[in-house]
Amino acid sequence: MSHAAVTAANRFGLGARPGELKALAGDPKAWLAAQIEGSRPAPPEIKNLATSAEAFEAYDMGREARSDARRKPPSEAEAAKRIAGNIRQKLAPLYLDQVAARYRVAMKTEEPFRERLVHFWSNHFAVSADKPQVIALAGTLENEAIRPNLGRRFTDLLLAVESHPAMILYLDNQGSIGPNSKLASRAAGRARRAGRKLDINENLAREILELHTLGVNGGYTQGDVTTFAQALTGWSVGGGPDRLQEGTPGKFEFREVIHEPGAKTVLGKRYAEDGIRQPRAILEDLARHPATARHVATKLVRHFVADDPPADAVERVAKTFRDSEGDLPTVHRALISLPQVWDSPPPKFKTPHEFVVSTFRMFDHVPEEPRQVAAPFELLGQRPYTPGSPAGWPDTADRWDGPDALLKRIEWTTAVGERVGNRMPPLTLGAQALGESFTQRTRLAVARAASGAQGITLLLASPEFQRR
Amino acid sequence: MNAITRRLLLQSAGGCALGAVLPRIAFADAATDSRFVLVILRGALDGLAAVPPYGDGNYARQRGELGITAPERKLDGMFGLHPALEHSHARYKAGELLVLHAAATPYRERSHFDGQDLLEAGTGAVSSRDGWLNRALPALPHTQERTTEQLAMALAQNVPLVLRGDARVNSWAPSRMPEADSDTLQRIADLYSEDDYFASRLQAALAADEVAGSGMDGMAGGRRDPGREVGAVASAAGKFLAAADGPRIAVIETGGWDTHANQGAEQGQLANRVRGLDQGLENLRTALGPAWRDTAVLVVTEFGRTVAVNGTRGTDHGTATCAFLAGGAVAGGRVIADWPGLSVGALHQGRDLRSTLDLRSVMKGVLAEHLGIAESVLEERVFPESRYARVLDGLVKART
Repeated sequence: MSHAAVTAANRFGLGARPGELKALAGDPKAWLAAQIEGSRPAPPEIKNLATSAEAFEAYDMGREARSDARRKPPSEAEAAKRIAGNIRQKLAPLYLDQVAARYRVAMKTEEPFRERLVHFWSNHFAVSADKPQVIALAGTLENEAIRPNLGRRFTDLLLAVESHPAMILYLDNQGSIGPNSKLASRAAGRARRAGRKLDINENLAREILELHTLGVNGGYTQGDVTTFAQALTGWSVGGGPDRLQEGTPGKFEFREVIHEPGAKTVLGKRYAEDGIRQPRAILEDLARHPATARHVATKLVRHFVADDPPADAVERVAKTFRDSEGDLPTVHRALISLPQVWDSPPPKFKTPHEFVVSTFRMFDHVPEEPRQVAAPFELLGQRPYTPGSPAGWPDTADRWDGPDALLKRIEWTTAVGERVGNRMPPLTLGAQALGESFTQRTRLAVARAASGAQGITLLLASPEFQRR
Repeated sequence: MNAITRRLLLQSAGGCALGAVLPRIAFADAATDSRFVLVILRGALDGLAAVPPYGDGNYARQRGELGITAPERKLDGMFGLHPALEHSHARYKAGELLVLHAAATPYRERSHFDGQDLLEAGTGAVSSRDGWLNRALPALPHTQERTTEQLAMALAQNVPLVLRGDARVNSWAPSRMPEADSDTLQRIADLYSEDDYFASRLQAALAADEVAGSGMDGMAGGRRDPGREVGAVASAAGKFLAAADGPRIAVIETGGWDTHANQGAEQGQLANRVRGLDQGLENLRTALGPAWRDTAVLVVTEFGRTVAVNGTRGTDHGTATCAFLAGGAVAGGRVIADWPGLSVGALHQGRDLRSTLDLRSVMKGVLAEHLGIAESVLEERVFPESRYARVLDGLVKART
């Protein structure tokens, strides 16, 4: 079993399952390359989940029940509020089902490189279930916008993500109103009397530029943010409150009536007024921009090569991105052909997400109960789909390797060891998961462990299991 | 594992371990009794809500429905405190809270992530891999007796940038798992003995865990309530800092300040966060006990928010905002603000509160006066290229 097999399974994949290292040992690169082309039908676990429109309606019903309760006379309000319940609690089962499905797929997939790329792009286009509207929508963005587009171009991925209700609601664009739009002009008097202003919200526009495409040093100005935000007015979700009810609830809806009219100049290029085609044209140009190629390449190389991405590797991937017009399989293939990834020792410290997923795969097991699936991620500081900011989870060791974080991992591995007990031989598990990288020192420690449980704890806590 | 077995383990692990981590030393020098807590509010606190400039004739008009135009907690004829800052107002009246306004780092873009990096790096441009507080550690007078790892602690699972760098620091966060037994920990320590990366982290974590003891039982439940979370962490920080041989520097962080939509005014989303912060500062004071006298707590955020309300009853990323310096050592009961005004012409780029105070001046003032770090060190090492941000004098009381 070669070192290359370990790299393929643990750095590109999600950690080796029993038998995986042996199966791919013949040609690790071909094993990886075969995973990235074309499209795949959604795994059955994911097909059974609630759609974004259903998740949206669940949130909306909870919200309406609560606001009804607030309008009741005080004598009935308490009872009504109780019935309406807590929105978070109502949406928790939908969220947990998504989490459980995600990790069930991650545990058993035979295309772990492809699945890692799903997670990577899901984190690049991060939405956070910390926000009530997004609790049950966060996973749907990954499943509906990212999975189906991995075999296509970055432009397709970008358009799918930015028009997904989870992103629009997370970054507050649904009620961003052009101050000169038809609706604003009609309602100007009423709004003024109510002391309210009808205007844009620049959150989505800013994060698209800063995080999703060009990158923070990508050469845009505050003016570009504002103008792009104006172009994005009307880029919304059906079934909103009050005057924004039109459209299918929970589906993308372009609202001409709140769209700021007129030509917009973004990054020096003029876009004539053309309804929904105006923001779409800007997004397409952003997807093709050389700064986007560099930004995306930097993040990919950081993820697959090293926390400090080597400049030559970044340039190589960025060039591939530019030359292929953002063809994602071509870009992903370029990562496999970087010389750095094959000859360095494992440079990446696993995030809690990676650590837990690779543990699941080593045991070929995920807990039955969805709450139990989510628990370890939460314990180790990475509750699924809650990066807490649109920048997503950090991808460098210094954000995850604090002393206390290490102790939490050890405590969790102790609990895992206790649960598994003597049922599985830790030396065999270690050889299956770590192959060539299983050190003599760790083998010895595991072999001398006081119990099977302790052996598993030592294996999971070992430096080589915590790196990829 | 109970405290006794863990202590035994620490003593046995390489002999030097516990001795180096927690030496029993009697402190005589007043400077080494000084405590400093940095509280980072991530997401950009709206200074115009936390410290409303109700006396500015343009405030009510510019702020519309989000304005707090008649604050019950007035500081002077110009500024008030948000109604949720109940305990802080009491501290202000006791002369233990200093309010700073129209303050900002040198950062003039509007990315949270770069803004926070710059706030923590203490440099003029985003690039730094280490934080200003970390660079200040070796120059502390405390280091004559103790290591930086014994002196500085991040109350977080992972160390924030401001404390990252060459000087080793400790970190601690409440645990929610059964602890590993001492035999297993000993074996893991042996397994790590040739890998310093893992070994050093394990040793630091075990030492911190013992000090915290079992006082965090009240943490269970309500973790998603931001107020309760920062409240519990602040209590723990106070407990650490109060100990004679405990750390002297602590960093606490709290998120959720990015109020783009439905921010609220006297009540609402932001009010709840502000109340949590207020309670956290009060918990810190209570847990510190007599050591509060020697403490300064600096509360900062990466930048402010737009003066005008946006289309979703929130505010977008802005520039200058407020900051707080609290503690028994602080020369408080006053507002420091060179108020630039809120007329459209006075705003930065026509939209944000303009900055008239470089936050680094405040940081330098605290480090110099309160922690006794030489100004030459501040200029050369801690805040390079910051000479235009003059040290702000008189932030702490003269020592008696």
